[in-house]
Amino acid sequence: MRRALTVFHALGLVLMVFSIAYLVPIAASYIYDDGALIDFLMAMAWTFFVGLFMWLLTRKYKGELSIRHGYLLVVGMWTAMPVVATLPMLLMLPELSFTDAYFEAMSAVTTTGATVLTGLDALPPAINVWRHEMEWLGGLGIIVLAVAILPLLGIGGRQLFKAEMPGPMKDAALTPRIADTARNLWVVYAVMTVICALSLKWAGMGWLDAVCHAFSTMGLGGFSTHDASIGYFNSPLIEFVMVVFMLVAAVNFASHFLAWHGKTLKVYLYDKEAQATLGLILVSCFGIASFLWWNDIYSEFSTALRYATFNVVSIGASSGFASTDYGQWPIFAPLWMLFVGCIAASSGSTGGGIKMIRTMVLFKQAGREFVKLLHPAVVDPMKIGGRVVTNNIVFSVLGFIFLYFMTIATLTFVLLISGMDFISAFSAVLACVNNFGPGLGAVGPASTYAVLSDFQTWVCTFAMLVGRLEIFTVLILFTPHFWRR
Amino acid sequence: MKILILGAGQVGSTVAESLVSEANDITVVDFDGEKLRQLQDRLDLRTLAGNAAHPAVLEQAGIADADMLLAVTQSDEVNLVACKLAASLYNTPTRIARIRSADYLERPEIFNEDNFCVDFSICPEQILTDHIARLIEFPEALQVLEFAAGKVSLVAVRAVEGGPLVGRPLRALRTDMPKIDTRVAAIFRQDHSLNMSGDTVVEAGDDVFFIAATEHIRAVMLELRHMDKPIRRVMIVGGGNIGRRLARALENNYQVKLIEYSKKVSASLAAELTNTLILNGDGTDEKLMQQEHISDVDVFCALTNDDENNIMSSLLAKQGGAHKVIALINRSAYVGLMQRGNIDIALSPAQVTIGSLLAYVRQGDVEVVHSLRRGAAEALELVAHGDRKSSKVVGRRVEEIDAPKGATIGAIVRGEQVIIAHHDTLIEEDDHVIVFVNDKRMVRKIENLFQVNLGFF
Repeated sequence: MRRALTVFHALGLVLMVFSIAYLVPIAASYIYDDGALIDFLMAMAWTFFVGLFMWLLTRKYKGELSIRHGYLLVVGMWTAMPVVATLPMLLMLPELSFTDAYFEAMSAVTTTGATVLTGLDALPPAINVWRHEMEWLGGLGIIVLAVAILPLLGIGGRQLFKAEMPGPMKDAALTPRIADTARNLWVVYAVMTVICALSLKWAGMGWLDAVCHAFSTMGLGGFSTHDASIGYFNSPLIEFVMVVFMLVAAVNFASHFLAWHGKTLKVYLYDKEAQATLGLILVSCFGIASFLWWNDIYSEFSTALRYATFNVVSIGASSGFASTDYGQWPIFAPLWMLFVGCIAASSGSTGGGIKMIRTMVLFKQAGREFVKLLHPAVVDPMKIGGRVVTNNIVFSVLGFIFLYFMTIATLTFVLLISGMDFISAFSAVLACVNNFGPGLGAVGPASTYAVLSDFQTWVCTFAMLVGRLEIFTVLILFTPHFWRR
Repeated sequence: MKILILGAGQVGSTVAESLVSEANDITVVDFDGEKLRQLQDRLDLRTLAGNAAHPAVLEQAGIADADMLLAVTQSDEVNLVACKLAASLYNTPTRIARIRSADYLERPEIFNEDNFCVDFSICPEQILTDHIARLIEFPEALQVLEFAAGKVSLVAVRAVEGGPLVGRPLRALRTDMPKIDTRVAAIFRQDHSLNMSGDTVVEAGDDVFFIAATEHIRAVMLELRHMDKPIRRVMIVGGGNIGRRLARALENNYQVKLIEYSKKVSASLAAELTNTLILNGDGTDEKLMQQEHISDVDVFCALTNDDENNIMSSLLAKQGGAHKVIALINRSAYVGLMQRGNIDIALSPAQVTIGSLLAYVRQGDVEVVHSLRRGAAEALELVAHGDRKSSKVVGRRVEEIDAPKGATIGAIVRGEQVIIAHHDTLIEEDDHVIVFVNDKRMVRKIENLFQVNLGFF
C-alpha cells in the first residue's frame, strides 16, 4: 500500500504540471472566441486541484521511486492522463459518452490517431487544438519514457538505441544525466515542430490547421481537423511537407539531437536503424505506386506515386493520416502498409510498433542461426552499425516479439468473440497496438471507431495503451512477481 | 657502440644476439632475472634485473654513457617513459621504442622532442603482418622484401620445373624479357650459395634471389615457375597480435577464417573484425579443420605464440590439403628443420623484424636492413654520400668498386628512378644503393665502403 501511495504522490505532482497544458487550448479559445473558454478553465482547475489534493494527502509517503514504482507510475500516468484529458470534451460535447471520450483521449496521448468523432470541421477550435496537443505531448512522452524508464527494463529503449549508434559519438554527446538528455530531446522536438508548423503555413494551411497538423505530424499521431483528413486540402505541396516531417519523426530523436548538436549529418551514416526505416518506407512507396499503376487504379504513374507516397509514409511511420480512401485499393496494398507500419518506425522516434531495431535484431539472429548450422565452432556476435548487441538484448527482443504477437492474436480473438468480422477486428487491433489509427473494413480510413460497441472500444483502448508502452511495462503489472516483496 | 636494451623478450634477446656479434657493448634490463640469466649464459653481455622505467635502474645499467637506448619491453608505456627519461635526464643520443598500440601510432606528435622523445618507433607485429600479407599477395615467393619505400623489391623464389628459365643459363633472362630489367643477386642450391656468372644454369629446386622494380616482380617470377591460382581463402590459427592484424589487413580482399582457442579472445576478435569468420577451437584439431574445409584453403597461417602448435597445425593443414602453409616459428633451430619439409614457409619473427632495428645501429647511412636465411645473409639499402675523393663508391662504376666477394650491388634508386645495376652503372651522390650480402661477416666491409672518409675534409 505504501508503494501505491508513493506513486500517488508523484502522480499528483505530474497532474499539477500537466494542467499547464490547458493553456494552449485556452489561448486558442480566447483567440477564436469559440465559447469553450470557461469549460477549459474549469478543466484546468479540476486537474490542478485533483493533483494538488493527491499530492498533499500523500505527502507523508514521499520517497525515492524504485524500479517497481517506475512501472506503476508510468502506467498510472498513462491511464490517468486520458481521464483528465476527457474533461473538456465531456463538458463541451454533452452527447459524447465517457467510453468514447476516453478512447479519443487515449488515442491522442498514445499518438494512435483513431477517432470516434465525426464533424471535426465543426468542432470548436479549442477542442481540436486540445486533441492535437495531446498527441504532441504523447509523442514526446514516449521519447522521455524510452530514455528515462526503459533501460531499467533491459528491453528496447536505451540499450537498443545505444546499440544502433556506434562508438564514442553517442556517449560523448548524449548527456550523462537522463534529465538533461530528456530536456535536450524535448528542445529538438519543439524546434522541429515549429519548423513544421511554419512549413505547413507556407504550404497553404491556415494558422490553426498548420499548428494542429504540426502537432500531429511530429507526434506521428494522425488526428486531423477535418473529417476527410488530409484529403480535405487536396494539395500535393502540403502532402509533401507532411511526408518529409513524418519521415523525420520516424527516425530516432537521439540522432537528430546529435546531428543538431554536432552540426553534422554524419550521424545518420552511423544510424543503421534510420537507414533501414527510411529505406523500407521509400521502397514501399515506389512498390505500391507501381502496383496501383499496374492495376489501373490510377492512370498516371505520378498520381499513383503521390497517393501511394503519402498514405504509405503515413501508415508506415505509424501516424495515420489519409489523403484518400486506401481501403478501396486492392487488398495487397493496404495490408502491406499495415505490415510496414508494424516494423518500420525507429526506436526513440515518436512512432509505434515493433520498431525497426528489433526487426533488425531478429533478422540478424536468423542469419546467425544459419551460420551456426554451417560452422558449429563459429563465434559470431550480433553487430549493428559496428557495435555488438549482447545476447541478453537478443533474448529480451525475442520475449518482446512473443508478447507482441500473443497480444495481437488474443485481442483479435476477443474482438471476434464480440462479433466483429475478421478483417476489421484484426486491422483494428493492429492499428491500435501499433498506434497508426485507421484500420481496414469497418474501421477503415473512410470510417471511424464510432461503429464499435462500448466493449470493443475498451478493448481497443487497452490495445493502444499496451502498444504504446511496449507491452512489458503494462503486462509486468499483471505478474505475481511484481507484487511480491 | 654502447647499447642499452630494455626488455629481454623475443625482440630484445634477438636484437641482443645480433648486436653482440657485431662487437657492441650491450646491457639488457628486464624484470625477469631468470630470462636474463639464460641470456647471459649464451651471450657476452651485461644484464640487470629491475623496472626499466625507473631512473635508478637505468642509471645502474649505465645509461649515462650509452649511445643508444632500445626500449623493447612488452609495455608501450614503459618504453615511452624510458625514452622520455633517457632524453631529459641523461641526454642519450638515439632512442628507439617499440610501440604496439595503434592508438599511439596514429598520433605521431606524441613521439616528438616536446613529448616522449622517441626518435624511432618500431612495431614488430606490424612488420611481421606486412611481411605475411606480401607473401599472400605474391603466393609464389618465399620472401618479398621492399626497399626505397617499396620501389624496389628483393624476391626469393624457388625455381620449379616448367618455368621458362629452369634448365637454362641466367643470360637467357635478357632475351626472354628484353623490356624488363632484373638482377639475380644469389642462387642457393641445397643451402649453398653458388658462384654465379651469366652461364650459371638454374635448376629446379634452387632458391633464386632477384632484385627488380616492384611492378616487375610478377613477370620475373613467371620465368622461374608457373603462376599459382590467385589466393582467395585464407585460414589463420591464433588470434593474438599478429593474427588479429593480419585478419584485419586481409578480410576485405580474401575470405578469412580465424581459429582462436580462447573464448574470451574469440569474442573480442569477433566484435572487432567485420568480414572474418571467427571460430572458437583448437588449431591442431583436425576435425575442426575438416569441418571448415581445410582442403579448399589456399593459404594456411599458423600464428600462435607456441612453436610446436604452429608446426603441428601447419603439418595437419598440409596433410588435410591446404595449398600453402606458413608457420611462425621462433626457435631458429626449428626454422631450419622445417623450411625444407612440408611447411612451405617457416617464418622467424625475430629475423623478419630485426632488420628494422639493425638499420639504426649500423654505421654509415643505412636506410633498410633485411635479414635473410636465418641471419646468415643480409640485404641492405645504403645511401652514398660524398664525392669521388671522399667516398669509395660515389663517382665510380659498379665494376670499379672494391666490394668483397659474395656482395652484389643489385639496384640503385635515384630520386624516383629505379636503375638495375650492371657492371658499368655509375653511382652518384645520394643514390640509394641496394646491396645483397650472402655472408653476414662481410656487412662491416660494405658499411665501411659507404662511409665518407673524413680525412679529406
